[in-house]
Amino acid sequence: MSGESVTVSTPDHKRPHRLARLLRSQMRNIAPFLTLILLSGFFAVASPSFATIDNLGNILTQVSVTGIIAVGLTFVILCAEIDLSIASVANVTGIAVAYFSQQESYVNIANVPLAGWAAILLALALCALLGLVNAFGLTVIGIPSFIMTLAMMQIAAGISALLVRGPIAYKVPSLISTLGSGSVSGIPWIVIVAAIMLLAGHLVLTYTRFGRYVYMVGGNREAAEFSGLNVNLILGSVMVIAAVCAGIGGMLGVAHFGSAQQNEFDTYLLDSIAAVVVGGTSLFGGRGGIGNTIVGLFVLGVLNNGLDHVNIDSFLKILIRGLILLAALVINVYAQRLRARAVD
Amino acid sequence: MPEDRSPILELQGITKAFGGVEALRGVDFTLRPGEIHGLVGENGAGKSTLMKIIAGVHPEFSGRFLLDGHETRFRSTRDARAAGIAMVHQELSVAPDLSVAENVFLGNQPTNRFGLVQWRRMAREAGDQLARFGIDVDPAMRLGDLPIGLQQLIEIARVLFSGARIIILDEPTSALSPPEVERLFSTLRRLRDEGTAIIFISHFIEDILRVSDTVTVFRNGRKVTDTAAAATSKAELIEAMIGKGREALEETYTHDIALPARSERPVVLGVDQVSLPRGLQDVSFDVRAGEVLGVYGFMGCGQLELSRILFGKLWPGQGTLRLAGALQSFANTADARRAGIAFVPESRRAMLFHQEPIYKNISVSILDRISSLLLKPARERSIAARQVEQLQIRPAAVELDLGMLSGGNQQKVALAKWLTYPPRLLVLCEPTRGMDVGAKNDVIQIVRDLRDKGLAIIVMSTEPETVLSLADRIIVLKRGAVVREFAGEAISKDRLLEAA
Repeated sequence: MSGESVTVSTPDHKRPHRLARLLRSQMRNIAPFLTLILLSGFFAVASPSFATIDNLGNILTQVSVTGIIAVGLTFVILCAEIDLSIASVANVTGIAVAYFSQQESYVNIANVPLAGWAAILLALALCALLGLVNAFGLTVIGIPSFIMTLAMMQIAAGISALLVRGPIAYKVPSLISTLGSGSVSGIPWIVIVAAIMLLAGHLVLTYTRFGRYVYMVGGNREAAEFSGLNVNLILGSVMVIAAVCAGIGGMLGVAHFGSAQQNEFDTYLLDSIAAVVVGGTSLFGGRGGIGNTIVGLFVLGVLNNGLDHVNIDSFLKILIRGLILLAALVINVYAQRLRARAVD
Repeated sequence: MPEDRSPILELQGITKAFGGVEALRGVDFTLRPGEIHGLVGENGAGKSTLMKIIAGVHPEFSGRFLLDGHETRFRSTRDARAAGIAMVHQELSVAPDLSVAENVFLGNQPTNRFGLVQWRRMAREAGDQLARFGIDVDPAMRLGDLPIGLQQLIEIARVLFSGARIIILDEPTSALSPPEVERLFSTLRRLRDEGTAIIFISHFIEDILRVSDTVTVFRNGRKVTDTAAAATSKAELIEAMIGKGREALEETYTHDIALPARSERPVVLGVDQVSLPRGLQDVSFDVRAGEVLGVYGFMGCGQLELSRILFGKLWPGQGTLRLAGALQSFANTADARRAGIAFVPESRRAMLFHQEPIYKNISVSILDRISSLLLKPARERSIAARQVEQLQIRPAAVELDLGMLSGGNQQKVALAKWLTYPPRLLVLCEPTRGMDVGAKNDVIQIVRDLRDKGLAIIVMSTEPETVLSLADRIIVLKRGAVVREFAGEAISKDRLLEAA
């Protein structure tokens, strides 16, 4: 008749070993670093020309523009948002700075030549404005960043098209061309700029109040709001930061490539997102940082550069990059779960 | 008469435990066709657990489960549905972007032999069914465009007309207006007369008494009594629900508690005629320095909305807020915090950062007071260490991730983060929910100490014990309006329940 009484015993959840626990919670930092070491080791063995000082310089130069753009994107992804307009914003800023510079007479372009400093300021103002529009759409109107920045991607591309109307411009202000393509005692300026911006991003995220807020908003937006943080202000700021970083990357990139033209930066969208995510910054926000982005940049840089050294079908390269990105995404999501389990 | 018929459902000695805590202990329950069976009991008394067993949500339990006299075990909600058991859950679960007709036939759309949906037939039948229920809406309308009460009625209609033999309604009336409740009841009676068995759970005891044939009372996971509705009264049911205070170790607040005389100290917060469409109606009250105002009401009474308005997360449609006499309109929660309001929401997920260390959780709301541009982590840690010691948070390691703490200690952290710089007003939602007795007492003591230091505090809860244990003065919210205030008088739990 009456049910046998059940005694429910809760098995004492065995605490995992401390080291295992640490490994679990640090998986997002360890996995990208291991990937970097494995890839470097592989290419060093596979090609004698890979592991040289010269080639290290090549890799650094190759990842610099991506690195500058990725600084701002790291802030955005830490807030659990995304910015798909960074490559377009980079492109339009690069084009704008050329548009406001005196071009050679054979360039058939109806532009507005200004003093170098004015051209740079106007270009910076343009990318900041585009970032503000992203911020407005995301926070005030409430458009998801994924969609808002998709629209901005098209808008920035449209402005680029209107400015150049087909031709290619070559001249940029001398400050920009020095920073983009010059070097000082053998070190390219663009590497130095990228290093400074990455360092500045790291300092802001780690040591400032704003940086802490970025992590808190990314970690738990609802709790941030109920802690009395101005979440919209922080989200808006990171969108502007991302656009300005992209703009600087775009200006130096134009100088680096030696020309300003439509669709010049298209590959940089995927590359910068890949650098941030491969590096281990959580797509769910709140975890990761510039350190991760730097590791991610090197993973991508080593991969791109190394594949050129080992004589591989250039079409296969694209597929390999896609697979590496997929693997990184799997690890990223998995690391989040492990971490959540380690904490709860 | 229902008693003549053999039971459609018979449960014997049902016991169910979650992680060592018994939610149901040896419960017997009988349901006959053609009866409306009311269930009452406090939060956590076991009503919902029993219903979830019946609806196949919890397949693991011990005891006998007889359907039509045959021993049965549901492995899932699908099994239960196939056996003709349907349930309306407490939380609205509709698809607001689909049409009314699609919602009525959710998961059950009429199809032709090629598997294509018969839209016209669906719209026609949905319209007919709703008309039988006294609802006159265009079945093609988007459900989300209708008022909440109507949405809830349509969800109920979906279940009522699904052809189920056993229908479980968990708190169906909380969002309904009195005429809507009336319409629901007449439909329930008609279904009963057609032979359907209906289980009706509600906090509104008048509703239970009006519509039920039989009433079963739960307390602490046991069935206390079942009786014919005609043979009992509200007072009797409330007494059965809360017991005489002898069984449990905890304070049960069945005896009278004398509330102190109304405070004469300055008013800190003045709320005047605050209204919110479909949420609050002309809510007015004030809170004085050195007093705890309790806001009590059932789930859905408007507490949640009121608390959000106080912290700048929702904006009142009408009405004003004053802090120490000065008119306030908060653009966001940061404004409210800077104005001196501290807020602890009802869910710990919504107030803390589980993957961050304790000290960052404690310092998050005061960073702009202890640092300008650069963080001062050493200062943060020392402040956190002091709070951890004062509130006796265990373990006392400020570097530890918050997620490692027990619920009670997390709740203390949520308080601690507001106490370094005393706020003007502290708003606490469900401050002791889901805590063991020890942690509960700690939190109660902390809140009393703060009050004695002159803080104005609002405690909002759907649990009468929480309000009774903390408040100096109590207002009762019902369907978005203040219906009663208790001040300077003796009060007991049954009188509080009676008012709500």
